[in-house]
Amino acid sequence: MIDNAQDRHNGSMISVRGLTKRIGAQEILRGVDLDVARGETLAIIGRSGGGKSVLLKHLIGLMQPNEGEIWIEGQNITKMSERQLGDIRQKIGILFQGAALFDSMTVAENIAFPLREAGQRDLKILREKVREMLDVVELEGQEEKMPVNLSGGMKKRVGLARSIIRRPKCVLYDEPTSGLDPVVSDSINKLIRRLQERFGMTSIVVTHDMKSAFDVGNHIAYLHDGQIYFYGTPNELQQTTDPILQDFMHGRSSDDVAK
Amino acid sequence: MFVRLFNALGRPIVRFVQYLGEVVMLGAETFMSIFTHKLRWRLFLNQIVEVGLLSQLVVIITGAFTGAVFAAQTFFQFNKLGMGSATGAVVSVAILRELGPVLTALMVAGRVGAAMSAEIGTMKVTEQIDALRALAVHPTDYLVVPRALAMMISMPLLVAECTAVGIAAGYFIAISLLEINGTYYMANMVRWTRNRDIIMALSKAFCFGILIVFISCHKGLTAREGAVGVGRATTEAVVNSSLAVLICNFFLTMTLNIIYPAGYQ
Repeated sequence: MIDNAQDRHNGSMISVRGLTKRIGAQEILRGVDLDVARGETLAIIGRSGGGKSVLLKHLIGLMQPNEGEIWIEGQNITKMSERQLGDIRQKIGILFQGAALFDSMTVAENIAFPLREAGQRDLKILREKVREMLDVVELEGQEEKMPVNLSGGMKKRVGLARSIIRRPKCVLYDEPTSGLDPVVSDSINKLIRRLQERFGMTSIVVTHDMKSAFDVGNHIAYLHDGQIYFYGTPNELQQTTDPILQDFMHGRSSDDVAK
Repeated sequence: MFVRLFNALGRPIVRFVQYLGEVVMLGAETFMSIFTHKLRWRLFLNQIVEVGLLSQLVVIITGAFTGAVFAAQTFFQFNKLGMGSATGAVVSVAILRELGPVLTALMVAGRVGAAMSAEIGTMKVTEQIDALRALAVHPTDYLVVPRALAMMISMPLLVAECTAVGIAAGYFIAISLLEINGTYYMANMVRWTRNRDIIMALSKAFCFGILIVFISCHKGLTAREGAVGVGRATTEAVVNSSLAVLICNFFLTMTLNIIYPAGYQ
């Protein structure tokens, strides 16, 4: 019996079915299946260059798959045009690996950008919202700084503030702790958890930092060879005896690589 | 062997046709956006300053020296035939119909086209364009539309300025250095220069503006591979815009000459 596709995906915030992506001759994703429930935080781990960021960019329509489907709140986004995707993107925020701040704008202008584009012109309201967001990401008083004068951690916080100012239902984080020292990484992890608790946002965190994955994830998915190799809770991952997962968790390269 | 030959010949042709298609699609998307989406006035005015206001010095110098040297050369040749006073007519018509629009377009391609592709290209490789898209802002609406509108308005004005300065410089050189009779010079110039020459200059300016803005923005939007990619995109934007201006100028001249024939008729 063929069930109604929309009903099938209504339960999850995001559903991915058979996602395949080829870039040139290389097959990056080979049939990824994934479900993310509302309000949960899913950490996607995997080796560098394994297609984690590519998968994340598909979820917001920044890349188009060769095969497969992506459903956001019961809507199949794979067939949507760039303009139709606009409505879906209102529901999802993304923090890019390098924060992708607009370098010609100040911190305040960057954070206020989504609201301005949505038609908010009242400077008082914009200032208030920016202050509130800076408070959430613990960067009070940095409104007038330019992105070039910010540290890596501060850039990520500003990027995060910009992506959540419209209160999206879901936030995607692309390597939120890469290139940051352990203390700043920990503060970013706490921030991700706080956002989930405070605003009930669904989160997908792509990372190769195991500590970060265990800290923030309700579930963890391991992307290996272009497919989801493991999906489970942090506890289940910790108890696994699978050699591939063990090697990844303990940062061991295989013998042939070492030789 | 034949397959390899066809491959070698066919691939660049297919790539070229694809490139043309992409530029045309960007143009279509931009015009559609101009009529269906709200204009970001602040960005548009910024671009007017960047494209129009700040290009003036370059355009004025280009116009002045081209007009002056063209007047001198024309006089040197015409004077041998005793037609020195016809210099004004030749200078004015030639600058309006060809030199003004083409030289202004080449200068603008070098100054503004390069800046556009470099700026948009840098945004592309630093994921700022993806950030725009992720924030539900269409890059064409935000980046291309203000630039295209600014170019469409600024180019005819810049060409008007360039030709006016060129003609004035030609007059000044003719009167002060070449000692041509000013009255005859002016009379001949006014007699042979028609409104249709001015219309032709402005029409060409508009077309060249469109070519430069879409070629440059497209190069920026498709920039790859970091700083090297941005550098390459910028160079290609200037080269392609300049070539497109020179090639299209020929076809525009032939077509517009049918609508607005040259000479006293």
